Amino acid sequence: MTTAISVKNLGKQYKIGAAQQKFQYNMFRDVIVDTLMTPVRIFRALRGQGIRGATHTSMIWALKDISFDLEEGKVLGIVGRNGAGKSTLLKILSRVTEPTVGTVSVRGRVGSLLEVGTGFHPELTGRENIYMNGAILGMKSAEIDRKFDEIVDFSEVGQFIDTPVKRYSSGMYLRLAFAVAAHLEPEILVVDEVLAVGDAEFQRKCLGKMGDVAQQGRTVLFVSHNMSAILRLTQEAIVLKKGQLIKRAPTAEAVDYYLSSGQAESGERIWSMEDVPVTSAPFKPVAIRIKDRGGKVVDTVRSTEPVTVEWEYQLDAPITGLRVGMYLSSMRGEYIFTSFDTDDAAQFEQFGARKAGRYISRCHIPADFFNEGRYSLGVNASSFAVRRYFMDENALSFNVDISGAPGTQWPEVRQGPVRPRLDWKIEKVD
Amino acid sequence: MTELTKHEPTTIYIKPSTGLAALNLRDLWLYRELVYFMIWREIKVRYKQTMLGAAWAIIQPVLTMIVFTFIFGRVAKLPTDGNIPYPIFSYTALLPWGLFSAALNQASRSLTSNQNMVSKIYFPRLVLPLASVLSGLVDFVIAFVILIGLLIYYRVMPSINVLWALPLFLLLTIITALGVALWLSAINVKYRDVNYALPFMTQFWQFITPIAYSSTLIPAKWQIIYMLNPMAGVVNGFRWALLGIGNGPDAGLWLSVGISLLVLVSGLYYFRNMEKTFADTI
Repeated sequence: MTTAISVKNLGKQYKIGAAQQKFQYNMFRDVIVDTLMTPVRIFRALRGQGIRGATHTSMIWALKDISFDLEEGKVLGIVGRNGAGKSTLLKILSRVTEPTVGTVSVRGRVGSLLEVGTGFHPELTGRENIYMNGAILGMKSAEIDRKFDEIVDFSEVGQFIDTPVKRYSSGMYLRLAFAVAAHLEPEILVVDEVLAVGDAEFQRKCLGKMGDVAQQGRTVLFVSHNMSAILRLTQEAIVLKKGQLIKRAPTAEAVDYYLSSGQAESGERIWSMEDVPVTSAPFKPVAIRIKDRGGKVVDTVRSTEPVTVEWEYQLDAPITGLRVGMYLSSMRGEYIFTSFDTDDAAQFEQFGARKAGRYISRCHIPADFFNEGRYSLGVNASSFAVRRYFMDENALSFNVDISGAPGTQWPEVRQGPVRPRLDWKIEKVD
Repeated sequence: MTELTKHEPTTIYIKPSTGLAALNLRDLWLYRELVYFMIWREIKVRYKQTMLGAAWAIIQPVLTMIVFTFIFGRVAKLPTDGNIPYPIFSYTALLPWGLFSAALNQASRSLTSNQNMVSKIYFPRLVLPLASVLSGLVDFVIAFVILIGLLIYYRVMPSINVLWALPLFLLLTIITALGVALWLSAINVKYRDVNYALPFMTQFWQFITPIAYSSTLIPAKWQIIYMLNPMAGVVNGFRWALLGIGNGPDAGLWLSVGISLLVLVSGLYYFRNMEKTFADTI
């Protein structure tokens, strides 16, 4: 086997001071102050202190000492929390950004699905955008000609192909965008989280397409927060944590390691400044906690007792249409439920628009719900169809102890993620 | 898949670049289809959802010509060279100038307005300003039709020189515009001040270019300094090729050409060196 990708001591450093300075521009007051400071800044710049001399720029290693080889035809999963460096790694591999240190050698054309629909222009028709987007992704027009029908077929936009895409529904837009990208035929394909969007049916289709690509013997790097997709599509995975590669193992083992590792042990997760991407502003997660009946923060909860999940966050500016919620999933990556604090219509009426300030959203999970084992709690704060402010698919994990739960008199493993106490009636009919 | 097995994949080495980046124009050649598509997209989209559409390409220079004719021709009575009627005298200059200023306008914003592409996908970033500059040629051609009308109306017959000289002067316009655009677009990624400085800069530049007046009005001792502006060479060249006025290629023109090439080459190097930071700073 030949090596398709070889990464050696790769590192990427970012200035974080600079990013935060830009981020503060949210308020008009800052702009005014900044303008008044201009003479000072120019003076400093002229004295050679650099134009950003006013703020303390600190450097952060988004990636550090990453080394791995990947053989041709292998599908490698990359897992890690937000800010672990997954996207930075993919950006370096696809040559969007340069590493600060280290080298990468890549054998063959790299196609990236870092974001589908890049270069789409709302005024152009579906047909025109297919050609445009194909060219941006590095396809030759002859290649697009050849695959055109297949792309249209896959996207299911059919009769609207000559309509400007600004008239498309967001679902159609997305399907078309993914269809173009999915028909790229590079030797190495880099995929980042494209499957987080679209309806379930389309997601299935995309996963199918990804599977085909892998079967055709191409090298694929796949980043996702969706553990079941990672488990299904990859044989091997690496785990990144704070910019470092901490584990490389067969996927099942790596996913297990990822889900059960880290800050999750204490029953509380506190987000520090650098864990929160700048893009989530004005939403700022503070902490998430799991509490038992007595209000104590716990890592292990009892299946027979109710559990409270408490999510504390800060809004630096008012947000309308906000919903803050969680995903519960098993360690195998299957989702058990998704729930938001404003799911209730009356609640949404009252809290859909929230003023700036600090909030806690609390959720009670009734007793007799969980089965034995470890569960993962993901969080999401978004305004529906507008913006996703913050998401972390594995914010916290916790154990469930089933002593006293239904059926525990038999020492056996019960199938399924929930273990409800159901109401059985036994009747003798004869 | 069959296609993939046909050629042996090439290996790319990714490492931090040090020192002066190589121009690596081969990369640009590999992406020539993207240049073509970007030009096509800009043209296609430019006059979408406007009432007058491509007529804007004519309206702008023609109205400017009318205003210039009234103010500079009638009121200020600025002389033209060799009995050329003022309208055609100014319009001949407004054509390359329009191409140049529109190119700067579009190209300086080409990277920032395609932020998504720059931060998500690899391609030679040169494609963006290049396509912006070249897409202006369509407007130029449309506006040129009016010039032909004016030549016929005023019975001005261009000399045979026009056949080789006009394309060359057009090329000089493009080179100048591209050179300046490379500088501006790269600076704009980090400092959006360019957006505010540009209208002022274009206006100032228009004053020091012989558009409303003839460059012969400039005193002889200032001529050399005046010709440091490559657009002065371009405008004089257009007038010489189309209207047969002026000296044709002389020392002043070569100076303009030299400056243009200098701006282009330095712009290319500056752009290539800043390119690696685009995705991080944009």
